[in-house]
Amino acid sequence: MDLTLKIVIVDESPVRSAIIEEGLREAGFSDVVRVAETANLLARIYAIDPDVILIDLENPSRDVLEQMFQVSRVVKRPVAMFVDQSDTASIQASVDAGVSAYIVGGLVKDRVKHILDLCISRFNAFSRLQTELDLAKTALEDRKVIDRAKGILMKMKKLSEDDAYSLMRSTAMREKKKIVEIAQSILTASEMLK
Amino acid sequence: MSERKLRIGFIPLADATALIVAVDKGFTTAEGLDIELVREVSWSNVRDKLNIGLFDAAHLLAPVAIASSLGLGHVKVPIVAAFGLGLNGNAITVSPPLYAAIKAQAEGDIADPMVTARALSRVVANRKAKGEDPLTFGMTFPFSTHNYQLRFWMAAGGVDPDQDIRLVVLPPPYMVESLANKHVDAFCVGAPWNSVAVDLGIGHILHFVSEILQRAAEKVLAVRARWADENPDAFRRLILAHGKAADFVEDVKNRDEVASILAAPERIGVAPEVIRRTLDGRLKVSPDGTFRSSERYLLVGRAQAARPDPVQAAWLYAQMVRWGQVLMSAESLAEAKAVFRPDLYDSILGPSAPMPASEPADGVGAFTGPAFDPDDIGAHLDGWKIRRR
Repeated sequence: MDLTLKIVIVDESPVRSAIIEEGLREAGFSDVVRVAETANLLARIYAIDPDVILIDLENPSRDVLEQMFQVSRVVKRPVAMFVDQSDTASIQASVDAGVSAYIVGGLVKDRVKHILDLCISRFNAFSRLQTELDLAKTALEDRKVIDRAKGILMKMKKLSEDDAYSLMRSTAMREKKKIVEIAQSILTASEMLK
Repeated sequence: MSERKLRIGFIPLADATALIVAVDKGFTTAEGLDIELVREVSWSNVRDKLNIGLFDAAHLLAPVAIASSLGLGHVKVPIVAAFGLGLNGNAITVSPPLYAAIKAQAEGDIADPMVTARALSRVVANRKAKGEDPLTFGMTFPFSTHNYQLRFWMAAGGVDPDQDIRLVVLPPPYMVESLANKHVDAFCVGAPWNSVAVDLGIGHILHFVSEILQRAAEKVLAVRARWADENPDAFRRLILAHGKAADFVEDVKNRDEVASILAAPERIGVAPEVIRRTLDGRLKVSPDGTFRSSERYLLVGRAQAARPDPVQAAWLYAQMVRWGQVLMSAESLAEAKAVFRPDLYDSILGPSAPMPASEPADGVGAFTGPAFDPDDIGAHLDGWKIRRR
């Protein structure tokens, strides 16, 4: 493994690119540059002169990198990892994870595979974190809606907290809905009846 | 009939109309297909996901279908295009200062592409004489009609697109912003981005590309050749649904409905009125409110626009050769032509209405140069002074 490779990460998400950079540095790669700005991307990449470019698949600037195949005045031409079709599993894994790699200047793929594998796992770790965060946020918001609906029921029907919750739960079960949906309709109805 | 699930990738552009209408208006459901449309951000993604099988089909730049089939710039994956998603539809937009400079140099009607190309050549020469930076033009992809249309136009006026100006790839959603903050002086892109620039007062539409070439295959419904072989029934039903969608789009009384389908946030996501302008070919070309109309601005299903024409494939291949993306060979020319499959189109959708008299005899109708002969690319190339060798 060649730890002297210069690696550029093009990613608009600063958190994710930081996670990737950290992973690469832990693995011993010390020459890692992060690019978040997409304006004048090509000029910036030429100035950095990397061996490997990693780019988020959700970044429209991938098409800008494709232009580097075409420009004849540039000595080093990058090649997308996808060009080597022999390793379908790793291509699939990288697309699923949402990362794409370009290799500059005829590097042998084996020398970069480790980097890509590392990125794939970091990308996946990041999206797991994102999903968990989203779930936690939703749960918190659901909780708030349910609490407010419970308050309305307690006030209007003079119920205890437990009874108000049981009423919503039994209604949800009868109507095959989620408690939060029942709670939301209570909030909507009480807004309209104000 | 069992439902068949398909994933189809697209880029939010007005020329995805037939595909989006086929799905959202229920033409594909009627054919027993359950389609998931996946909105993508880059042509590289669309190409890669089609190539590795994550998509069953895709809204694809016509030259990318050819480049993939020839293995240019990327992996070689033979593609089949049995349905064209549109002819034309792009425009060239320039910044207000560049518009003023071209207008000042124009000797004749500024709507004439030869007049503007020659004027551009003088603007470029003046800038060079004054030691100013070269002009920068944005386009969408190395293998794109936009790239070839810009080059064809300016080279006719004596501007060498590789020497005299800078031609850069920009993702369509970044075009308008790049023109506004002066990273580019002009761009060639599909709808709705030209109209967005004009509406913001930061650009003038200089030309509809239909003024440069009367017929230019823009996007195709692309599938892997292997997929077409292995899924003949789903493929046939997909093309049938597209035929119905294209007819629906071309019926003027459906235009408002079509515009509102396309305007949905998860589809193209711009105001229906802007899309309507594109479908009608009546575009505001100047911030002062001047309009220009063309029957040919974007052809979806009329005048055999959806029937893939190998002449178009040959013309695109000729541009790849002209600009040094590929070396000329009879085999690759034949391979390029074979990507476009009018035979499949005819066998699935039946015979087309005769070609209207309005259409160019050579199938391309370039504003300059001799008629295009798909069997003699060499003569086409020899006709041009500015080319790569």
